Amino acid sequence: MTNAIEAEGLRRSYSGGFEAVRGISFTVPHGEIFALLGTNGAGKTSTVELLEGLAAPSAGTARVLGHDPHRERAVVRPRIGVMLQEGGFPSDLTVAETVRMWAGCTTGARPTGEALEAVGLGSRHRVRIKQLSGGERRRLDLALALLGRPEVLFLDEPTTGLDAEGRRDTWNLVRRLRDEGTTVLLTTHYLEEAESLADRLAIMHQGRIVLTGTPDEVTAARPARIRFTLPEEVAPARLPLSLKAAADGRRVEIRTHALQDALGELLGWARESGVRLDGLDARSATLEEAFLEIASRTEALDQDLNGDLAADLEGLR
Amino acid sequence: MNAPAHSPAKAPAGTRMNAAARRMGSLGRAELTLLGRNKNNLFIALLMPLLMILVLRSTLGQMSPDELPGGMAGTTLIGGTGMVLVLVVYMGLVSALVARREELVLKRLRTGEATDLEILGGAALPSAAIALVQCVVLSVGGALVLDVPAPRRPDLLVLGLLAAILLLAGLAAATTAMTRNVESAGLTTLPFFLISAMGSGLMVPRDLLPDLVASLTQLLPFSGVMEFVRAGWLGVGDTKDLATAALTTLAWGVLTVFAVRKWFRWEPRR
Repeated sequence: MTNAIEAEGLRRSYSGGFEAVRGISFTVPHGEIFALLGTNGAGKTSTVELLEGLAAPSAGTARVLGHDPHRERAVVRPRIGVMLQEGGFPSDLTVAETVRMWAGCTTGARPTGEALEAVGLGSRHRVRIKQLSGGERRRLDLALALLGRPEVLFLDEPTTGLDAEGRRDTWNLVRRLRDEGTTVLLTTHYLEEAESLADRLAIMHQGRIVLTGTPDEVTAARPARIRFTLPEEVAPARLPLSLKAAADGRRVEIRTHALQDALGELLGWARESGVRLDGLDARSATLEEAFLEIASRTEALDQDLNGDLAADLEGLR
Repeated sequence: MNAPAHSPAKAPAGTRMNAAARRMGSLGRAELTLLGRNKNNLFIALLMPLLMILVLRSTLGQMSPDELPGGMAGTTLIGGTGMVLVLVVYMGLVSALVARREELVLKRLRTGEATDLEILGGAALPSAAIALVQCVVLSVGGALVLDVPAPRRPDLLVLGLLAAILLLAGLAAATTAMTRNVESAGLTTLPFFLISAMGSGLMVPRDLLPDLVASLTQLLPFSGVMEFVRAGWLGVGDTKDLATAALTTLAWGVLTVFAVRKWFRWEPRR
């Protein structure tokens, strides 16, 4: 058993006929942080719910720690921790009462105090849930997911509603858990989160996985870009041809797979010609650009393929 | 509370039972805390039964005591027991389950180790316990104040009470499928309350109904367990009636389980 999570051809249809998950496959080895990335409605939560065992897939198989998470719930549940997208706490209970309720339903639960300290809620144990801020609820949710010292942790948008500091704290906590051997599957629509936290990620779009790899692999294929504004008296045509610049009035953008060379050439030309480049900005491809490009490309692809052709392709997969 | 899990004498089945009891216990405890903090539900659970029993007593007061098979006091006790059960277990549980569902508590609980049955059972524990305590108070109070003879068949009375609690908990779960939010629980629980009050012997003893109506009403969901409660207090009149009661209750039980499995929703409609 090397993989903590295995998904093979997973599909999920809702009663209305809408298919939210359209045949996705991926594996997560033990001790890895894997991120499912996508816009709202991409099918992330629907996928995670299948792996948590909340619903049975309409086709395909899910395996968590070698078991079917839906049919063999009793075996899988004591070994996983789940953080849903939205709380699910009785608003009239206090923080400590909520943890106690959950601890009663959890094998080998940590002590309440320890669990709350881990997420920085130690001083809030007597506060009613309804008086907690959104960020505090998110952290309580995380505390409950961690209560049984899970081997596999499912986090559905764990930092939504957190401020920058809370987000940073959660990231550190998740990294620490990974270093202790916990496998983490998280969904997020924050690209920055996936980029800095995930060992590997998959980009989901319209119920499918369109790209998967390490954050570096995913961004490496995209061009870097350089932007600047030329002074009034310098026409964009005077730029060296080898730079393949695209101009919009005075504003210029250069896309390149060799950022260092292109930047060197641009700066050399600017010094020789005595041209000042205003607002000069050069950056490697980010996950965001990769993501947006993929999203728009898939949409175009979907529009190109009408029913029959799409079905044929579906069959070939 | 529980024996330590590593105790070598414990069979695996025993450990499993213990774990299930622990989970239901902690869910029930949380539910009881919530009940204590909700004035509406607390009112339904504690004061409504008392009010309804007073109403019942004044209604029965207009009839001649000779018409009532168990006498005025006996009829009040039997009807009152049914009233307590329906109000506390059925109506209380519908609003509690809907509230938990709408707050996504049920969905969250399902991500944990508790089974579906444990989640529903744990939620029903406080209502069931409160209803039982009230039934005991009613019985003891009835015997002392109203001078009713002690139950002739306590075994049937206990059986009837337990069956009533199980059936009502199931019916409550089934009713949540038609209940959009906590506010509408008052409306969706009304049909069953009225049917039971009129036809199952809560407000009007079934013996007083016309023959045809009486024989039809014995098929109502709550009539079977009420027959047991009656037999518990007054003794068995006709064994055939009791057999019919047992079968109807069983049939409604099966129907309820089917309905819950098919229609119960664990999360709000999106």
